[in-house]
Amino acid sequence: MSANSIYKPQNPVMQWMERRLPIAGLVYSSFIVYPTPRNLNYWWTFGGILSFMLGAQIVTGIVLAMHYTPHVDLAFNSVESIMRDVNYGWLLRYLHANGAAFFFVAVYAHIMRGMYYGSYKDPREVLWILGVILFLLMVVTGFMGYVLPWGQMSFWAATVITNLFSAIPGVGDPIVTWLWGGYAVGNPTLNRFYSLHYLLPFVIAGVVVLHIWALHMVGQNNPTGVEPKTEKDTVAFTPYATVKDAFFIGVFCLFFAWFVFYIPNYLGHSDNYIPANPGQTPTHIVPEWYYLPFYAILRAIPSKLLGVVALLSSIILLAFLPWLDTSRVRSANYRPLYRQFLIVFFLVVVGLGYLGSQPPEGGYVIAARILTAYYFGFLLIILPLLGLFETTKPLPNSISESVLHEGSLAGASAQPPSGAKV
Amino acid sequence: MNAHRSIVLAVTLAALLSVAAVCGASAQEADAPPRQHWSFHGPFGAYDPAQLQRGFKVYREVCSTCHSLKLLAFRNLADAGGPGFTEPQAATIASGFQVTDGPNDKGEMFQRPGKVADRFPPPFPNDQAARAALGGGLPPDMSVLAKARGYEAGFPWFIFDAFTQYQEDGPDYIHAILVGYEDPPPAGVTLPPGAQYNKYFPGHAIAMPKPLSDGQVEYTDSTPATTDQYAKDIAAFLMWTAEPKLDERKRLGFQVFVFLIVLTGLLYFTKKRVWHDVKHPSEYPKA
Repeated sequence: MSANSIYKPQNPVMQWMERRLPIAGLVYSSFIVYPTPRNLNYWWTFGGILSFMLGAQIVTGIVLAMHYTPHVDLAFNSVESIMRDVNYGWLLRYLHANGAAFFFVAVYAHIMRGMYYGSYKDPREVLWILGVILFLLMVVTGFMGYVLPWGQMSFWAATVITNLFSAIPGVGDPIVTWLWGGYAVGNPTLNRFYSLHYLLPFVIAGVVVLHIWALHMVGQNNPTGVEPKTEKDTVAFTPYATVKDAFFIGVFCLFFAWFVFYIPNYLGHSDNYIPANPGQTPTHIVPEWYYLPFYAILRAIPSKLLGVVALLSSIILLAFLPWLDTSRVRSANYRPLYRQFLIVFFLVVVGLGYLGSQPPEGGYVIAARILTAYYFGFLLIILPLLGLFETTKPLPNSISESVLHEGSLAGASAQPPSGAKV
Repeated sequence: MNAHRSIVLAVTLAALLSVAAVCGASAQEADAPPRQHWSFHGPFGAYDPAQLQRGFKVYREVCSTCHSLKLLAFRNLADAGGPGFTEPQAATIASGFQVTDGPNDKGEMFQRPGKVADRFPPPFPNDQAARAALGGGLPPDMSVLAKARGYEAGFPWFIFDAFTQYQEDGPDYIHAILVGYEDPPPAGVTLPPGAQYNKYFPGHAIAMPKPLSDGQVEYTDSTPATTDQYAKDIAAFLMWTAEPKLDERKRLGFQVFVFLIVLTGLLYFTKKRVWHDVKHPSEYPKA
């Protein structure tokens, strides 16, 4: 790290503080002078967006918790009372409910970025695994939050998902009873979900600290996948990255506000405005949209146990990406075949999402099986083999060379772009 | 290689789309409710107080015989962004209802005229009483009914709905149910005893008898006293009971958008300015 990264306060109070607790120095080296590759595109702003969303969810959530009642007879009406009688309660609730959805929008963009540019490769494996853990924690937290309004979908989603554990041979049923705190989803279930829904965001915040710590150890990846070599390859985090992140958080908030203020119930299911009724099963039980691809994988497998195994491994496998991907070239920009297979993989996940929202019958099941086969085939077969056989494009020598190269190409469009041939 | 790439993408897209088309063709049970024009649609939409008052009249004279409205308080009738009753009017309406209160000093429950702070009393003391009186059917509470009902637009229409801000599938569905009765039912349809045929109800056999007919509720203004108009008015009223802060939400939403657009615009130009030297190093002499 260069000499200017050391914080030397001029103010005597700050000097006194710095000798005792160097927190200002930590902020200075991590968020001010921290060198960040100069060629990052807007896909790199989703980390900042995710931090922003986590903060927003915690703030709205804490205020909502002041007005919410976790009891099977009172929960639904307490949410409605937030919507009607609490000052700006409707705003808090719509921000929080749609905020969960947009948290997932951002995390999916973040994961796609990581996969496209090979951000999980050496030396960023631990950073990536912490990210998969964060995603798992988000999935659990979001699911428990969805149960709290105690509408029909809340209740039946809780029933379906907790019942997945009954697939475990031998001990499945006792585990489900233990999770429920009774012999059916009921008041103890709602209470523990509420408790955990309040706890887990702080666990997420803790793992985020580790995630950022690991990031600052190894530095950011960038669209070329070539590590920064000289100071010319990087710019200071502040003002360059901060202002870029701030701008894109603004863009993201515009998108978010469209949903919160104009179509706040678009992403929800109308059945969740019917109070939970254990005696009446909805025609189709569907999870929130951000779980639909995994739900489709679960239902594509005819055996319940294998379905649960497939569901879990579809996420857990992502943690092994650094070793499943055998190529030493990081960025998909220099891996033409990987790029195609990866784009198809993203489309397959979107397709699985659509199939997860449809009833599990006829053509839907067949389609879900084909797409599930691709999902696992991509991770377990295509990725390891591609790294061995793929011919990659020549990498630039440095980040600044790739930036200058782009500039010269744009400047001299009359010349045949010899380097662009694949 | 480029041609190869586009072929792979095209084949994948075609496969996905044909899967969607095959799946989409599976039987749709009930007809999609026709979309109506609502005053509260769109970014500047707001409830029409006159329509909400008419809808309230329909609720009071027709629906309230069987359907409760437990979450609505009489004071809400005078809330901003609602039917626009004055507080004395709301108090008068409240006093027309008998509310169970208590226990009193003798430990007994008693009946008294409603006050503005009371919620609308239900027509039946409990669900069992409702079922017993209505031949087994349970009329749902109407407080959030307009958000608890709807229909799937299906792919690709649901994507367009996000852009056109279509959030009125609930009122559309309620309106459709109220005008969707067909007596006698179409040829070849057999209904269970006590059920009516409704074009828009899932499964078509609805337990609720046809509730509205032309001229049933008297309108004091020039609004036509037709079933279609009643259905629109009650659907709008129920949208208000389900989403009483809609006017405030859309008004605040516009302010938030103006703020965010200005802020994001300023941040964009700040970003351009800050990054200028990095993006255009050639304009400066080399150090």
